[in-house]
Amino acid sequence: MVKKRILISGNEAIAEGAIQAGCNFYAGYPITPQNELIAYMAKYMPLSGGVFIQAESELAAINMVYGASAAGARAMTSSSSPGISLKQEGISYISGSQLPAVIVNIMRGGPGLGNIAPAQSDYFQATRGGGHGDYHLIVLAPASVQEAYDLTQTGFYLADKYRIAVMILGDGILGQMMEPLKLSVGKIKAPILKPWALTGCKGRKPNIVKSFFLREGDLEKFNLKLQKNYEIIRKKEARYEGLLLDDAKVILVAYGTMARIAKSALNKLRLAGKKVGLIRPISLWPFPEKAFQPINKKVKYLVVEMSYGQMVEDVRLAVNGYAQVDFLGRSGGGIPSEDEIITRVDKLI
Amino acid sequence: MEKIFAHPEALYDLTTHYCPGCGHGIAHRLVAEVVDELGIREKTIGIAPVGCAVVAYDYWKFDCSEAAHGRALAVATAIKRVRPQNIVFTYQGDGDLAAIGTNETIHAANRGENLTVIFINNAVYGMTGGQMAPTTLLGQKTSTTINGRQREKHGYPLKISEILALLPGVCYVERVSFHSPQGVLRAKQAIKQGFKNQMDNLGFSLIEVLSPCPTYWGLSPKGSLDWIKDVMQKEFPLGRIK
Repeated sequence: MVKKRILISGNEAIAEGAIQAGCNFYAGYPITPQNELIAYMAKYMPLSGGVFIQAESELAAINMVYGASAAGARAMTSSSSPGISLKQEGISYISGSQLPAVIVNIMRGGPGLGNIAPAQSDYFQATRGGGHGDYHLIVLAPASVQEAYDLTQTGFYLADKYRIAVMILGDGILGQMMEPLKLSVGKIKAPILKPWALTGCKGRKPNIVKSFFLREGDLEKFNLKLQKNYEIIRKKEARYEGLLLDDAKVILVAYGTMARIAKSALNKLRLAGKKVGLIRPISLWPFPEKAFQPINKKVKYLVVEMSYGQMVEDVRLAVNGYAQVDFLGRSGGGIPSEDEIITRVDKLI
Repeated sequence: MEKIFAHPEALYDLTTHYCPGCGHGIAHRLVAEVVDELGIREKTIGIAPVGCAVVAYDYWKFDCSEAAHGRALAVATAIKRVRPQNIVFTYQGDGDLAAIGTNETIHAANRGENLTVIFINNAVYGMTGGQMAPTTLLGQKTSTTINGRQREKHGYPLKISEILALLPGVCYVERVSFHSPQGVLRAKQAIKQGFKNQMDNLGFSLIEVLSPCPTYWGLSPKGSLDWIKDVMQKEFPLGRIK
């Protein structure tokens, strides 16, 4: 990678972003539509001195990430919806062991084997933990190839900073489409020291990486420590983009690929003189509630998703009944179109 | 006077939580003695299983990681690849290694990962209350085979060590037994060989230990040792498999 500006797919941009962020361990298992990512890692991870493993299963891949992270590596895995479901056991253990890790989900249609069309129907799974236990991941949702690259780097930084798993949540369109990418080579933030990592106990007491707290009271104490960490993250790490909100009568709320389409609809509506704005959550957890404050009771919100209504629940929680929240969504291969959005906005205005 | 016997440095001086007559305490100690004798305590990383030995890291005085049930060899694979200069081993029971973790076991072995595996075979699930294990003998009564394991319903005792020995990535497989003091000494030699192989970068080594579980065999500690010798070893013959 010598050129400063290249044409690259979202999947490859995530992989390159990870390598630029100092990721030195990747394990994955093939699944469409994220295969460009694993192929890119197979080629470039060894060239940058890291470890690449094609695992025998999603379970093995996420548990390899557990091991690599426990040993102090910057570790990542990637998959798509059915594979991410398989990884949930390991993600819960990673969360319970406070291990930093980056997990990429390039979503496809579900439930079950579903199809390989883009979708956003894993929002609940991503933002509510996904596996067993009281935990959260930081969930970042890029809307362009450039942002996929940038947020992957941010993801590694946040993972180390908070000792938390970070999910990069995209969909099949973002993963497969190609856009120009401006590389930010050499901008790696200084590595965060990991005195807890397993390196051999020379010169110190033995370290133990675990999520098991059997003695009465210990697990509750540990869970409260996790919750305290989540509270700090809620305060500091909520991210969103707000567009033309000041005079908006209808505010579209959409993330990722869906926000790109919503933005096109917004531009057409504004040209027609309609006062429409857009809130694009970039962090899905923590959800950027502050984007909805102060609550304007006269504003109507239209949440648009490639699902049958998942993020809309967080929007409703954010406005807490004080404003009207409407929903437009399709999934399973269907994507709400510009025209469908415009028609719905026209009805609301 | 020369000191010829001492508590291993790699083992905390604690009372274990194991049942009377259990083999885990012996196995933990043998690992600790071998680690001390090879002078590798400060670079050893152990992977504790899910099962009775889940808190093995409370007893060993070196770095350790937990692993989800069955995933020890995936965790170990990554640790060893990231830190090839460290000595990495897994300690797993029959359910962990040969039922829920069979996939991880076979593929780590087939990749020839440079790891050492201590495989405790006591033919039963101990921690959950004595259910059928993949290695439960035909006719053996457990809480889920109340009339004894039947081949028609439950299949046969799984000889995972023999299966693994077929794989070219595996350099060493030996089955040992805690039925007698001589057996324990032989087990220690085998465990030491397994660690030495890793230090010499020879690949995947596995030591299967036939280990007593008096509680869920419904036998006395002495009766359990006799059962290993008289019954279990007929199904799982001792010796070097590869």
